[in-house]
Amino acid sequence: MTDRPPGFSTLAVHAGAQPDPTTGARVTPIYQTTSFVFNDADHAASLFGLQAFGNIYTRIGNPTQAVLEERVAALEGGTAALATASGHAAQVVVFQMLLRPGDEFIAARKLYGGSINQFTHAFQSFGWNVAWADPDDISSFERAVTPRTKAIFIESIANPGGSVTDIEAVAAVARKAGVPLIVDNTLATPYLIRPIDHGADIVVHSLTKFLGGHGNSIGGIIVDAGTFDWSKDNKYPMLSEPRPEYHGIKIQETFGNFAFAIACRVLGLRDLGPAISPFNAFLILTGIETLPLRMQKHCENAKAIAEWLSTHPAVAAVNYAGLLGDKYNNLARKYAPKGAGAVFTFSLKGGYDAGVNLVSNLKLFSHLANVGDTRSLVIHPASTTHSQLDDAAKIKSGAAPDMVRLSIGIEDKEDLIADLEQALSA
Amino acid sequence: MNHDAYDDNYIRAILNGVKSIAMVGASPVNVRPSYFAFKYLAQRGYDMIPVNPGHVGKSLLGKPFVASLLDIGRPVDMIDIFRNSSHIGPVVDEALKMTPPPKVIWMQLGARDDAAAAKAEAAGLTVVMNRCPKIEYGRLSSEISWMGVNSRTLSSKRAPMPTQGMRLSLNRMSVGGGETTASDRAAKNKNDPA
Ligand SMILES: Cc1ncc(COP(=O)(O)O)c(C=O)c1O
Repeated sequence: MTDRPPGFSTLAVHAGAQPDPTTGARVTPIYQTTSFVFNDADHAASLFGLQAFGNIYTRIGNPTQAVLEERVAALEGGTAALATASGHAAQVVVFQMLLRPGDEFIAARKLYGGSINQFTHAFQSFGWNVAWADPDDISSFERAVTPRTKAIFIESIANPGGSVTDIEAVAAVARKAGVPLIVDNTLATPYLIRPIDHGADIVVHSLTKFLGGHGNSIGGIIVDAGTFDWSKDNKYPMLSEPRPEYHGIKIQETFGNFAFAIACRVLGLRDLGPAISPFNAFLILTGIETLPLRMQKHCENAKAIAEWLSTHPAVAAVNYAGLLGDKYNNLARKYAPKGAGAVFTFSLKGGYDAGVNLVSNLKLFSHLANVGDTRSLVIHPASTTHSQLDDAAKIKSGAAPDMVRLSIGIEDKEDLIADLEQALSA
Repeated sequence: MNHDAYDDNYIRAILNGVKSIAMVGASPVNVRPSYFAFKYLAQRGYDMIPVNPGHVGKSLLGKPFVASLLDIGRPVDMIDIFRNSSHIGPVVDEALKMTPPPKVIWMQLGARDDAAAAKAEAAGLTVVMNRCPKIEYGRLSSEISWMGVNSRTLSSKRAPMPTQGMRLSLNRMSVGGGETTASDRAAKNKNDPA
C-alpha cells in the first residue's frame, strides 16, 4: 500500500512539525535558548563530530529553526534547508561554500537592488567576482562562462520589475558549464514557482517577504535540491575534500544528497555566524501555514489592480507579467500559472515628480522598503532601494526614475483601488 | 525491482523487520561513516555485528570483529556492505553461502552493483543499493529533522524521547514516493549528461 502524497497546503501546515515530545504542545514551541545539554561526554563528542542527530548551540541549529527548515525544504521539493538571519546572509553563506578568492559567478542583471550592491561591493572585497548577464537574453549567460565560473544566480520573479525568468533555459546553461544554478525564489514563493522542478540546484529566499508574510521578521533560507554532484571535478573543495575541523570527514561522501545544506550549517553558519533567532523562526513558521491562502489573495488583488491601473489616464505603462500582452506573460503562464505574484511596477506620464506625489498622497499603501507584507506597500525604487545606482544601471536593473513599485497586500481590492484613485487625482 | 528510487514502504518494511545486522567494512576509527552508522543502529536497538578481517581480535562498541560473514556462526537478518561498488560482488557471493542466508542485502550510500543485486534477488533476498540505513532510519523516524533535513514524512502523533536502545516508530505518513523529484532528476542527469 502506498500513501496518498499530501498536497501543498497540507505540507504548509504540517511539514517538519509534530507535537513536542516532552510536553505534547501541538504548536512548535519557541526554543529560546542558546545551548542544549549533552547526555554525557560521548554524546557531546558525537554531536560535535557530526555523528549524531541533535542540538548543540543555537548558532549552529535550534529546534524551532529546524521545523522551519524542513517545512520550506518540503514546500520547495528539496532534500534539506538551512535558515539564516536574513536573505542576504543566506546568499553570503551559499557563495562562501562555492567560491574562493579569484573565482567568478554569473548573476542576472535584474535583481533586488540590495543583491546588486552585495555582489558588486561586499563580494568584490572577498575576491568573488560577479559577471552580469541579461535574463532576457539567455546567450549572455553562455558568453559569460569562463573556467573560473562557479555558479549562476537568478531571481525567479525579479524584484522590482516583476519580470519572469526562463529558469529552464538558464538551468541548461548551468548544466553545460558544470556549475550549480541558484534561484532566489523570494517573490514567487514555492506556492507559485518551484525552481527545483525546473532545474535549480539551490534555492534561496528572503523569508522576510511572502513566506513570513506579515512584515514582522527578517530571515533567510537556503534549500538544497540534492541534484548537484559536488565531487565531480574537485571544483568545490568545501564539499569534496576532507575537512580538518571534522577529523577529515568529506561532507558529500558522508551526507549524500543533502550535503550542501549540511556544509552551509556546519561550515558556513558555524564560522560566519548569521543564525536566525528562534522567535523569528517561530513567527515565519506561523506565517507559512497560511501561505497558499495569502498568495491566492495577493495574486488576485495584484491582477485586479494592474488591470485597473493599465486603463488609468495618468499611467504610462504597467509591468505585470500577469497581464495579457505583457512582455513576460508567456513565461508567467508557463512558470507561474497560479498567478504572477504581487510585486509589480508602473510608470506615470508625469515622470519622477508624479511618482513622488503619488507616494505622498496614498493613505492605505505604506511607503517603505519591503515587499510581501499583508499590508499593501509602495516605493519609488529610483530614490530608495536602487538609489546607489546611476541612471543607466537603474534602467538596466528595472528601476527607471519614473517608475513606482507596488507590493499588493491582502486587503479588499476595492479599497486599494480607491486609495490609488484618490492619490492619482490629488 | 527498480533500484533508482525506493518507495518509503519498501525501506520501512526492511528497517521494521530486521533485528540483526552484520556490517561488512565496519571501521573502529571513530570518524569514519561506517563507525557512526554502526553506533547509531546499535543505539536504535539493532543487534550489530562488525565484519572486518583487519580488526579481528578487537571489538567495536563491545562487539567482537569477525573476519568474514561465514565466521558469524548464527543467523543474521541483514548484511550492510560498507565497501566500494567494485568490492560488492564477492561479499554478496559469501552472503549467499551463509546458512540460513540473510533476508536483506544493503549497499551503502555511493555503492551499487546491479549484477550482484540481481543474483541476490534471484536467491529470494531483498536488496537496497546506494542508501545509508542510518539516514533512512533517521528520515522515517524524523530524527533527522533536527538537522533541517526533509524527512518527507508527516505525523500528528507525539513521539517519545529516544533513549539508548529504543526502536522508534517509522510508520509516519510519506510525503513522496521513495525519492524527491529532485534526486530522481539528478540520477537521470547522471546517465544522460547534457
Ligand atoms: C528578491 C530578494 N532577495 C533578497 C532580499 C534580501 O533579503 P533580506 O532583506 O531578508 O536580507 C530581498 C529583500 O528585499 C529581496 O527582495
